[in-house]
Amino acid sequence: MAIYDTRLRRDKFYLGLCYVAVAIGLGWLAIILATLLFEGIRGLSPAVFTQMTPPPGSEGGLLNAIAGSLIMTFLGVAMGTPLGMLAGTYMAEYGRYSKLTIVVRFINDILLSAPSIVIGLFVYEVMVVRMGHFSALAGAVSLAVIVVPVVVRTTEDMLLLVPDPLREAASALGLPRAIVIARVAYRAARAGLITGVLLAIARISGETAPLLFTALNNQFFSTNLNAPMASLPAVIFQFALSPYKEWQQLAWTGALLITLAVLALSIAARVLQMGRPGK
Amino acid sequence: MSGMNGVTNLAQGRVAEEAGTAGAPTVSNLNPKVAIRDLKFYYGDSLALKSISVPLYAHQVTAFIGPSGCGKSTLLRVLNRMYDLYPNQRAEGEVILDGVNILRPEQDLNLLRARVGMVFQKPTPFPMSIRDNVAFGIKLYQKLPKAELRDRVEAALVQAALWDEVKDQLNASGLSLSGGQQQRLCIARTVAIQPEVILLDEPCSALDPISTAKIEETIDELTENYTIAIVTHNMQQAARVSEHTAFMYLGELIEFGVTAQIFTSPEKKQTQNYITGRFG
Repeated sequence: MAIYDTRLRRDKFYLGLCYVAVAIGLGWLAIILATLLFEGIRGLSPAVFTQMTPPPGSEGGLLNAIAGSLIMTFLGVAMGTPLGMLAGTYMAEYGRYSKLTIVVRFINDILLSAPSIVIGLFVYEVMVVRMGHFSALAGAVSLAVIVVPVVVRTTEDMLLLVPDPLREAASALGLPRAIVIARVAYRAARAGLITGVLLAIARISGETAPLLFTALNNQFFSTNLNAPMASLPAVIFQFALSPYKEWQQLAWTGALLITLAVLALSIAARVLQMGRPGK
Repeated sequence: MSGMNGVTNLAQGRVAEEAGTAGAPTVSNLNPKVAIRDLKFYYGDSLALKSISVPLYAHQVTAFIGPSGCGKSTLLRVLNRMYDLYPNQRAEGEVILDGVNILRPEQDLNLLRARVGMVFQKPTPFPMSIRDNVAFGIKLYQKLPKAELRDRVEAALVQAALWDEVKDQLNASGLSLSGGQQQRLCIARTVAIQPEVILLDEPCSALDPISTAKIEETIDELTENYTIAIVTHNMQQAARVSEHTAFMYLGELIEFGVTAQIFTSPEKKQTQNYITGRFG
């Protein structure tokens, strides 16, 4: 019994350590979110969504930044998703046993963890320098470069989760491979594929560094893809570092908006995962 | 059909049945739909089938029995070239379907698989409605008017003995059905594209006795239109549903003959040991 008692004590001790670790991890997160909520919500007003970013010392909103973020995020996802899906499909379906897939997977993993500032610099060299000016298009491209590896990874992983007997069953009906993939494998993996795209959106919606080198910023409302465009992260960056009270308040509010948007996307992704057919 | 009868009784029952018709069919006076000749199969370097030669007679059920790993599923997967989905798997020899060797490289695999359907061990309904599960394959090969498509779906479900259970919920997901129903849905999906040969790879191994009995009845009815090969671990099932039985062991065909004879007076000692459960 002595051995058993020791074990029980040890069990309690390690369980205690686990609780402490969880508390420390979640504690910081809670403090960050609470501060953000507290500071951000004070500036939340209709003006945030209807007025432009103000000059120093006056009131204003974030309309141009919100619109810019939405436009560039949409374009980035629209460019990156098809590329990533096709590459992931090749890796999981056609090229499952090829050496190319192993190489691509390795490079993709590197790209996945590449610092986004490097991607910003790359697009700066390739597009901004050549075009001679900053542009929303360059911003969208740099976001797309971040989207691609995320979507490649989730597409491959989700398609590999589709059981082979399902593919065999579809092939046994005499269906060509393309139809087996598009109509059966994609459908079986649908929730996971959408989740991947949502996670990619969440990932790029807070990116600042690549946008500073590409889309820069814009004090005015603009939908011109060939000109600089404001974005929430860039505005937050600029305003938070400024000495002006109004700007700092807008930065807090913008940060809260991004956080809420990412939270909503993550919850949507979770719900989709849970509601997956064939669970 | 009760699953409790002894193998011998059932097998003798079938002998009597056959003797009562046009005399017991012998191996020689039947028309082979598929002729497997000197078939060797490799997984990488390892030889899984050693020179198998066996016929599948038209409009009959041929059962493949043998212990796990004897190559019976492998043999089945050669008949629709399912192994082609994977690298490092290859077959040598000939599989003649209606006079044409389907192992020749220029064989179109999709057309072959439309002629040689397959039902797998685990039910694999597609993630779509019951109706679409059945209509899916048909629509790929034929542009049918709506009414005709509906009739084809119904006919397939009737053939698979599933119609009465699902006719009011055709829009429900195929995944919502029970295991036995899912398997019959897979059979319906296979017969819907009107193949000539149907391969059944342990179709009842995941099912309860009632679902098994239903599927066996279905198999009986299907022989009217199709040539059937079934792999099974259940010897009573082989005795119940098949006209011919092939016993395989370690990649070799040990014995092939009329089912009643295989189960009552096998020629080979190994066959006898296996069917009496004394295999070791």
